[in-house]
Amino acid sequence: MLEDIITASVFASTIRLATPYIFASLGEMFSQRSGVLNLGVDGVMLLGAFFGFYVVYITESLILGVIAALIIGALMGLATAFISVTLKAEQGISGIGIYLFGLGMSELLYKELVGTPRTVAGFPSVDLPILSDLPWLGEIFFQHNLLVYLAFALVPISYFILNYTTIGLQIRAVGQHPDAADAMGVSVTRIRYLTVTLGGTLSGLAGAALSIALLKVFQQNMTAGRGFIAVALVYFGGWRPYGVLGGAILFSFVNALQLQADVIGFELFGWQIPAEFSNLLPALITIIVLVFASKRKEKPTALTKPFERGE
Amino acid sequence: MSNLATKRDVEPVLQMRGMVKAFPGVKAIDQVDFDLHNGEVHALLGENGAGKSTLMKVLYGMYSPDAGEILLDGQATKINSPSEAIAQGIGMIHQHFMLVPSLTVVENVALGMKSSRGYRLDLDDVAAKLEQLSHDYNLSVNVHAPIWQLAVGEQQRVEILRALYKGAAILILDEPTAVLTPGEVDDLFRVLRQMTAEGHGCIFISHKLHEVLAISQRITVLRDGRLVDTIETEGATRAQLAEMMVGRPVLQNYQFPPLNAGTPRLTLRGVNALNEREEPGLIDVSLEVHSGEIVGIAGVSGNGQRELAQVIAGLRPATSGTLEMEGTAIERLNPAEIKDLGLSYIPEERMEDGVITEFSVAENYMLRDYDSTKFSRNGVFLRFDAVDQACSEAIRDYEIKTPASSTKVKSLSGGNIQKLVLARELDRNPRVLLAAQPIRGVDIGATEYIHQRLLDEREKGTAILLISEDLDEIQLLSDRILVMYEGRIVGEMKREEVVLQQLGAWMAGATEEDPAPAFA
Repeated sequence: MLEDIITASVFASTIRLATPYIFASLGEMFSQRSGVLNLGVDGVMLLGAFFGFYVVYITESLILGVIAALIIGALMGLATAFISVTLKAEQGISGIGIYLFGLGMSELLYKELVGTPRTVAGFPSVDLPILSDLPWLGEIFFQHNLLVYLAFALVPISYFILNYTTIGLQIRAVGQHPDAADAMGVSVTRIRYLTVTLGGTLSGLAGAALSIALLKVFQQNMTAGRGFIAVALVYFGGWRPYGVLGGAILFSFVNALQLQADVIGFELFGWQIPAEFSNLLPALITIIVLVFASKRKEKPTALTKPFERGE
Repeated sequence: MSNLATKRDVEPVLQMRGMVKAFPGVKAIDQVDFDLHNGEVHALLGENGAGKSTLMKVLYGMYSPDAGEILLDGQATKINSPSEAIAQGIGMIHQHFMLVPSLTVVENVALGMKSSRGYRLDLDDVAAKLEQLSHDYNLSVNVHAPIWQLAVGEQQRVEILRALYKGAAILILDEPTAVLTPGEVDDLFRVLRQMTAEGHGCIFISHKLHEVLAISQRITVLRDGRLVDTIETEGATRAQLAEMMVGRPVLQNYQFPPLNAGTPRLTLRGVNALNEREEPGLIDVSLEVHSGEIVGIAGVSGNGQRELAQVIAGLRPATSGTLEMEGTAIERLNPAEIKDLGLSYIPEERMEDGVITEFSVAENYMLRDYDSTKFSRNGVFLRFDAVDQACSEAIRDYEIKTPASSTKVKSLSGGNIQKLVLARELDRNPRVLLAAQPIRGVDIGATEYIHQRLLDEREKGTAILLISEDLDEIQLLSDRILVMYEGRIVGEMKREEVVLQQLGAWMAGATEEDPAPAFA
């Protein structure tokens, strides 16, 4: 029974399904490392998913679709930055607002502009030469679309940016001790605008990865809460790129198992596990993770605190 | 000194003229002039709230002034942000260090600076230059250690090195000695002298008169946001400076009647407790406070004083050991039960643990005993008339300056809030008084008053445990002094035997076996 579930194709879809998590979580990680919690990721993902899908649907150009998702993500990121950095709004609440806006707006635009379910061509798989011929590993790692490779490449790049560049140092300082960064001439506002906008941009891309690479359709609320899990993954990953990657793979593995279980049924010790239960798993894991992750050392001490120069 | 005199003839490196900065409701500084020459230490003296920090934050670009002009090397200039201040050669050592705890020393120095390698960090270059500087100024620092691992004195060395690294010609030091042991203060003064000899100008903010007299060439005194005067340090006296600060003559000479100690009222034996980080915060602490005695706990901040106070007050559990008040074990009692045994507590964080700032003076006054028959019927229905009357008496007796007993506490000054806390805690006629940092952030006038009340309590036979980072205060009031270091009591001295150097050595971690640790 177990070998029916744990197959190379499950691992391959684990890698594929990790893509939106990685994009969205890395973006959210940058935002949080600078001290801004953006709970609106899911809403921005939905807008990215819709605009990516719609532009591909109209123009049949994947590149334009990706660019559209990046632009809408960046705009939403800028709006989030304006609300939480300039207006200093309560970040938990304003994030819910961003989410609801994205949810409603993507639904409305879909109904007005598309109406009936359509599919698009979407990103094709690109088999990497030689590597894709490897037994097992080839199927799992090297027969994916470009966005998958891009997502995994972003992990070491994010690690490098955070730890080996001047801007990364500024981001870390602003999230831990904004007063100190300010006293050293670092503009807290500029850094936070930068990271929150980057976070929005990557969330938009995460949405596009869903609609024009993974599923090749747009559906209302198609993220099904993945944006919220992406926020949780940042905590799970201890605010570090490789930690985030590990969390993304864990969750996408659970998703892949779910898909597999939906197809062939899931039996454990002679019990047929209801599909409804396996659908609960990500939510359960999220809650458990958050209970344990709240005491991590790397947690930015200034997270959710607007910066005010003063005593 | 002739060297200095010739330098005085040239134009000051810094001039501030007619500076004004108002915050909603208060003019923090009002028409203040200040100047600085190369090669001098110019002290800025004043009470809390006199405007010293505000003036310097204007200079450092953190506040924009409402009026006034700043001249650097004779040129009028605008300083709109800290980065502009740094670019113009101004460095500032803040009272609360501006270091990111999770970053290393070298990362903190590199923060906000241009890298020699473009967008990539050049930490090795920075580390090499930093080590050279630390050698030149004899300021030893492990440049690769994260800040949170460093002691307070070391962190200050990092701040100074960073300012030098960034090429500060003018260095502002905001209350730099507040967190240092006497030995570390000597080291700091040595570095300041070396810097001024090289032509740096230093602005030294303090409210400690003897330090100002020891290190500066000129002194500017501020009071209530206004300039009182700028005088030469040579020939100035403590009494003269204190009078300039307060606006009236101050006598810091208390009557200190001979010790008349009675039976032990507070006894700790082998007490251990954890700190906030779940690490050992108190280690094997034993002490006794007798009736009619003031025992002072000296030490640099963060060495277990806070945990000690919290354990005694019942706010933090002791993991082992015994605590007794007059024979009654208190280690398992809750704060209310300990209070009922006769403990009064003046907490260190007055605004957080001492009062509820949104409550009125009267409400805060009854906060400790609101359920006693004095203030309530059957512990349920408050007797506002009794509260108001008792509070009005306290306002008169303790000279609390407040428009009314219904005024919200947040609009009172620090000194008056502390007097209110003192009134509440002393009016219950405590058996034991636990006073943590009773004069922190309190002006000289109120300090005088609070100290006198503590001595009166001593006369009445109350056992007093005084915890303070201010060694002057400890020496002034204590019959016995215990020194805490890293959660332990490392030394004890009687009032008549005090040797300041020994106290300083203990505060820096010396023990009987290792009597003289390296300061640097």
